[in-house]
Amino acid sequence: MTKPRIAIFDFGCCEGCQLQIVNLEEELLDLVGLVDVVSWREAMTGHSDQYDIAFVEGTITREAEVERLKGIRQHAKILVALGACAHIGGINCLKNHFEMGEVLKYVYGDDAKYFDTIPARPLSAVVPVDYAVPGCPIDRKEFLEVVKALLVGKKPPIPNYAVCVECKMKGNVCVFDKGMTCLGPVTRAGCGAICPTYGNKCEGCRGLVDDPNLDSHKEVLQKHGLTVEQILNSFRMFGGCMEVAK
Amino acid sequence: MKDGKINVHYLTRVEGHGNIVVDLKDGAIKELRWEIPEAPRFFEAMVRGQSYADAPHITSRICGICSIGHTVASLQGIEAAIGVQPSEQTVLLRKLILHAETVQSHTLHVFYLAVPDFLGVNSVIPLAETHKEALLRAIRLHRLANEWSDLIGGRTTHPINMVVNGFTRLPTSDELRELRKRITDAIPDLKAWVEIFKTLEIPDFERETEYLALQRDDEYAFYNGVIASTDGGTTPVLQYREKIKEFVVPHSTAKHARAARESFMVGALARFNNNYDKLSPLARWAAEEMGLKPVCYNPFMNNVAQLVEVAHCLEDGVRIINELLAMGLREEDRSVEIEAGRTGVGATEVPRGLLIHEYTVDDGGTITGANFVIPTNMNHNNIERDLKALVPKIVDKSKEEITLTLEMLVRAYDPCISCSTHLLNVEFV
Repeated sequence: MTKPRIAIFDFGCCEGCQLQIVNLEEELLDLVGLVDVVSWREAMTGHSDQYDIAFVEGTITREAEVERLKGIRQHAKILVALGACAHIGGINCLKNHFEMGEVLKYVYGDDAKYFDTIPARPLSAVVPVDYAVPGCPIDRKEFLEVVKALLVGKKPPIPNYAVCVECKMKGNVCVFDKGMTCLGPVTRAGCGAICPTYGNKCEGCRGLVDDPNLDSHKEVLQKHGLTVEQILNSFRMFGGCMEVAK
Repeated sequence: MKDGKINVHYLTRVEGHGNIVVDLKDGAIKELRWEIPEAPRFFEAMVRGQSYADAPHITSRICGICSIGHTVASLQGIEAAIGVQPSEQTVLLRKLILHAETVQSHTLHVFYLAVPDFLGVNSVIPLAETHKEALLRAIRLHRLANEWSDLIGGRTTHPINMVVNGFTRLPTSDELRELRKRITDAIPDLKAWVEIFKTLEIPDFERETEYLALQRDDEYAFYNGVIASTDGGTTPVLQYREKIKEFVVPHSTAKHARAARESFMVGALARFNNNYDKLSPLARWAAEEMGLKPVCYNPFMNNVAQLVEVAHCLEDGVRIINELLAMGLREEDRSVEIEAGRTGVGATEVPRGLLIHEYTVDDGGTITGANFVIPTNMNHNNIERDLKALVPKIVDKSKEEITLTLEMLVRAYDPCISCSTHLLNVEFV
């Protein structure tokens, strides 16, 4: 059996998800024995357009990137969105609440003319995406599970239940009971409820479950003192592009 | 190669996108550019309208590799803006996790990204066959740094625990003692790599330039300090705009910078050159073994300075743990009262150099303005000038050799381009 050829690409992002792949340490060495990594700019020199699975990190934020992503889609049999930016748009979509010309001017002043930017969008707003590894950043173990599933031709096992499930299983005190608010009730699990476990709120980086009860959740948030504006803002931190994600 | 073009499109084994463009005619440089085509993400614009409390978690996303450093700079900037003084315990824990990130980032860069060039391979992966023991030592150090960050910050990339005025979870004394043991056990791995580095051939190239780094009287500064220069003098961080002039060049989406002269460098070598006398004994030993002395003007030696700093962070990490254990960790009140909204500046040494976060916060705690000065941005101008000085010295070599040497020079700076494009308020000079 020939080894599946893997390529890793990035668009506008912090490259922290690729770093989680590096952070697999010895397990990464085992993994690269099973596949043929043909393109990974951050970690190796050399490139090939002949690949089976493309992992793509980052948000599309410039016109030229739309074409580059379409090219990657043409070459790849399977395209996997890696992390919140690629999956749901992520933090970069905070920019979209401003007018692009104003954003350019604020950062670059009179030199704004040298730069171009378009509202940030997830991969799925540009090309069909086969699977996603959610999260900001991705969870290394979950990435391995996704790769394993793809190698044996199965659908990757991404949970379709809320972070609350994992949080309860950890025995955490509910974030709401601590006087804070949380997006755990509507956010897709798979992270092990890591943020509530470490004393913080869920910020919704893994996106919504398939059928979230948003109305009920908004009521809960309101009951805990959040204004409509604050509720919208809490969903915006990572999910500001949800309306364009497919 | 006396005539012809070199075009390295998307330099590999760096974080983010950069191109090296060279055009030679009769052995002279007709054109040379270090291009930054990275997509800007506009963080300074994005944080406006957000709560002061969310700024550290939003801005950590500027960079995956130095997310802890961005968090620390952000926390200090926000705390200065709203009038909060974090406790001694909080400051010590922040210093401890900054050391973890420095070890993580430096080991990643030196071992996984830079060393393959010195050993003639295209990535770290072939070293599993040829240099297995050394690679396993590198992996152990890198993993230790990540698990060290996990313990203090909850997660190594985009830390969870670090919030305004404290930590949402404190490590237990047992966990700190276990970490101390693991750090101590890792020192032989570091020493073995110092021995390996003594055998590597570091390109011999010097160009005198200015080096900027934070400085403190009582320690090798990472967490905070004043801005010191090898050209002399110090500047309080609040006056950073007077020292560091940023400007835009058309071939780069990242801003360039200058200070006393036409360009300057920040990062491990800049810290080493400014603060050598504050290094720990193990770090000084490592420097001596590898032949690094201040002031060193060879940018390729930045790789060596990074390894020296790994030694320092391991040894100083143990010191901080001892101090925390002697104090005894306790839960603290993290609540804050926002003083009248104002502007605050936080400056921290992150793996690639000086990082500045400035925020203006209104009376209700909403961010109304921000400016971030990113280390790699400050280095772009120096990188380009180094490339221009280096090319004439190696012009007799083959195109492949010239290309590799230029790539190695840029890589030595450990550029982190994906975060280098988000600057604001240019000083037009």
